[in-house]
This record gives sequence, structure tokens and C-alpha cells, in this order.
Amino acid sequence: MRKIWIIAKRELAAYFATPVAFVFIAIFVGLTGAFAFYIGDFFDQNQASLQNFFSHHPWLYVLLVPAVAMRLWAEERKSGTIEQLLTLPVTTTQAVLGKFLAAWLFCGIALALTVPMWITVNVLGDPDNGVIVLSYVGSFVVAGAFLSIGICMSALTRNQIVAFILGAVVCFLFTMSGLDMVLNAFRGWAPDTLVDTIASFSFLTRFDAITRGVLAVRDFVFFFSLMGFWLFAAILAVDTRKGA
Amino acid sequence: MTVMVEIDQLSKTFGSFRAVDGISLAVSKGEVLGFLGPNGAGKTTTMRMIAGFLTPTAGTARVCGRDVVQDPTGVKSVIGYLPEGSPSYDDMTVGGFLKFIAEIRGYDGAERNARVGSAVERLGLAEVLDRPIDILSKGYRRRVGLAQSILHDPPVLILDEPTDGLDPNQKHQVRSLIAEMAAEKAIIVSTHILEEVEAVCTRAVIIGAGRVLADGTAAQLRTRLPQSNAICVVLPQASAVSAAAHFKALANVAAVFESPAENGAARLRITPKGDAPLAAEISEAVRRHGIPASEVYQDRSSLDDVFRLITTGAAPVNFTAGAAA
Repeated sequence: MRKIWIIAKRELAAYFATPVAFVFIAIFVGLTGAFAFYIGDFFDQNQASLQNFFSHHPWLYVLLVPAVAMRLWAEERKSGTIEQLLTLPVTTTQAVLGKFLAAWLFCGIALALTVPMWITVNVLGDPDNGVIVLSYVGSFVVAGAFLSIGICMSALTRNQIVAFILGAVVCFLFTMSGLDMVLNAFRGWAPDTLVDTIASFSFLTRFDAITRGVLAVRDFVFFFSLMGFWLFAAILAVDTRKGA
Repeated sequence: MTVMVEIDQLSKTFGSFRAVDGISLAVSKGEVLGFLGPNGAGKTTTMRMIAGFLTPTAGTARVCGRDVVQDPTGVKSVIGYLPEGSPSYDDMTVGGFLKFIAEIRGYDGAERNARVGSAVERLGLAEVLDRPIDILSKGYRRRVGLAQSILHDPPVLILDEPTDGLDPNQKHQVRSLIAEMAAEKAIIVSTHILEEVEAVCTRAVIIGAGRVLADGTAAQLRTRLPQSNAICVVLPQASAVSAAAHFKALANVAAVFESPAENGAARLRITPKGDAPLAAEISEAVRRHGIPASEVYQDRSSLDDVFRLITTGAAPVNFTAGAAA
């Protein structure tokens, strides 16, 4: 546990070693706001709620989270530091979890900086703050699920761009899978159980439920088991491909 | 002598390529083992397996009694490892990087600072402590890598090409550092610079195509050459033939080779039978027969020649020059 935290500290500092981190946070905070106001019609809705603000988070995460995760292993392999890191007395699991934790905290920092939106709705009206807290937690967990996909893709290649594209594609599939547009393509021929299974993998559907204030334990279980799966895959990927 | 590193039938296959093919070795405390071989011979792969970075396809290595396949983390904690090219996190400062390594190695607070401090002092890194690693010169980067590897005062050091790409002064510094630590540790150094083996290693292993081809001290390796410890005599061309006849008559002389030397002179290369020392006999003959020699010296065959002979099977170039006189 201590070693995971030491690695996480180093990784988190590495994010802020370049101005890229600040640019990233500015983009995230700016876009979440812009989406809520322009696409989500924040004012026209005439409601003191952040549901339109949160509903765009998965879409932003599809592009932004793989960008946060892409360097985690690809860069280590490209620069050769992976050899330095994995000959220190740490296990691959500790290294993967440390990096994941750092990236997750980084996303958490970006998310925390959107709190002015929360203050705004409280000034303008009387929102259900319980739902907003739950939505923040939900958004953070969704970011973690996307990150676990991104870190696994990063472990598969030494090229950050490739890692980003792979990550974005897989995240996109998970986001889209609940939309009728996708499901209709299967409904004609596939058995209902398959369609339901595909639909059940949708981040969007599950996250929507959370932002509406439905605290369904199974949605959280879904996101956490997904994280577990992808992190396990990432550990395997690092172990089998580290020397290549 | 306590055996610190024991390599047992270590093998590694990448796809269908056998990079390391059943290497067995033992390294004891106080030994500095030079790991020699042409590029691609499997040196780095072998070291990576001992250091716990790569998992062996077959066989294992034991370091201080810990098995690298069963207990990789245990092995890593008793090894100081310098990867080839000493990669380190470029965006960190030297101090930050060494502190990170110290924390991962389990040191905290005052102990951590003391460990970093002594490594910094030992490698002369004080003036670059606050600089980011990516702006450092190659020499400093290598020293950062070395500082990282000795931070926890490990009983076993594995250094992959520690002097590669350094200038002669820096090479000397690195070698003196290795020599300083040699008595207390078991050290494995890979290199393809053979002078290094002479300078720091107590023993050398030559590997090629993933196998051990030769194992011994520099002197033992030299005797693997058919014409080691030859005596050379430089003399005017005119008297070369008669002198060669005199030398050939000597009891311990196996053969005399003639080749041209500078300024129209001739060089006679006289090889002994077996390991017999020739120097006294030759100089005595030079005096007795009044041979007008301008130089008489012992020509130690270089380790480069041994290396070439062992790894390629080719006869060293300078021995084929000049026909038997």
C-alpha cells in the first residue's frame, strides 16, 4: 500500500511537471461549463439542477480520459524507465495501481475545479444538493472506469498516440452501447439477451440514472467491477509485454 | 568465498529466437565479473533476468539465496541495478528522483535523506541536485543511475555497460567507484570494452549466441590464444634472416614470424613452446650473437584478439601478417 502511494505521488507530480496538466484542466473545466450552458440550455431549463452539466461528462471523458492515461505506460516503455521502475522492489500490480491512482486523483482535481457550477446553482435557486453530491461521486467513478481502459491500452503499446486512439475507441464503444442507434443494429437478428447484455454495458445509461438521483448499488458495482477487469488486464499486459 | 549470485541454466526465448541458452554461473563476494560478448550475445537479457525485469523461459537465478522466479521482489531488494543507458525520469530533478528511489526502497525521513546524501556525495552530484535530469550531460546522467543503484548499499550490483559513451575521465571515475566497492560486494559488469576487464574485473565471462564461451581471469583467457606471450625484436632488414636462424635454434622457441616494421626495419615475432618464458633467452641470444636489435619487447596478445578468436573463431589479424621466416 505504501509503495502504491509512493508511485502515485511521483506520477501525480509528473502530471504537473509540464504545463500540459494545466491546459488539460482548463479545457475540462471550460468544456463542462460550455456544454452545460450551450448544449444543455442551462438557463432555458429554468431549473436549479446540474443534470445537464453532468450528462455531458461521459462524452468529454471519452476523449479527455484516454489523453490522461496514454502516457502512463507507453512513455515508460518508450524511454526505457520501465526497466528502472520494475527492477525496484515493487510488483507490477503495485506499479499499475499507483499509476492508476495518480491519474484518478488528477481527474478528481479537474472535477473538483468545476465546483463553481455547484455554487452557481445554489445562488440562483434551491437545487437538490444530495443529488449533486451523488452525481459528482458518479462522475468520478465513471472517470475511473474510463481510466482503467486507458491504462490498459497504454500498456499495450510504446506509442502514446496509438494508446490514446485505442483508449478512445474502447471508451466510445462502452459509452455508445446503450443508445438505440447501436442497439437497433442488433435488434433485428440477435437474441434479446445479447441486446440486453450490450445495453447493460452502457456507461451513459447507468450514469444517467445516477445523475437523476437513483442510487443503485448495482450501477456502482458495475463500474467497480469494470475497473477491476481492465486493471487486471493492464497488469497482464505490462507483465507480458515489458521486455518487447 | 560466499556465493552471492548463482545462475542456473538460465534461458530466455523471444518467439523462436533463443536469446539466452542455458547460462550457468556463480559470482562470489569480492568478485567483479566482466560480462563480455558481442552486441546481441544475450548480455543485457541475462542481466535483466537476474534483476527480475524479465521472467526466464527456463532455469533460474538465485541472489543471496533468494530465487528470482519465486521471489522477484526479494531479489530486487538486494540488488542494485543500472539498466543499459541508465534511463531515469527526465522530468524529475536529481534530488527528487533519488528521494523517490529511496522511498520505494523503504527509507523514510532522516534515513532517506542520509541515504540520498551519501550517494550524492559519493558520485559528486551535489551541484546538479536541483536540476531536471533531462538537461544533464551523459556523464551526469550515468552518475545519477549509479547513485540510484548504490543507494541501499546492496550486496549485489549489476551494471549494464556502466561506462558506455563516457569520456576517459568519467570512465576512470566509474571504474574507481567499482574498484572501491568490489571487496564488499559481488559485482557483475557488462561491457564490450576489453580494457575495462583488465582495469576492474577479477574474472571475465565471454558469451556469444546466448552461451558461455569462456570463463576465467584476463590472464587465463589470454593463454587461449595459440601465440600468446610472444617476444618481438625489431632490427634492420639486412640482418633479419640470420637473426631468425639464431632464434629458431633456441630450445623454447616454437616459431619465428617476420613482418615489416617502421623505417624499413623488420620485426621478428618469436613465439614460445607452451607457456615458457622467452624474454631472458632472447635477450641473451641478442647479446651473444651481436644482433643489432633496436627494440626487444614482450608482445602481450590483447584481450581484443582473444575476444575475436572466441566469439567469431577468426584468427587475430596481426598474427596472419608476415610469413614464417
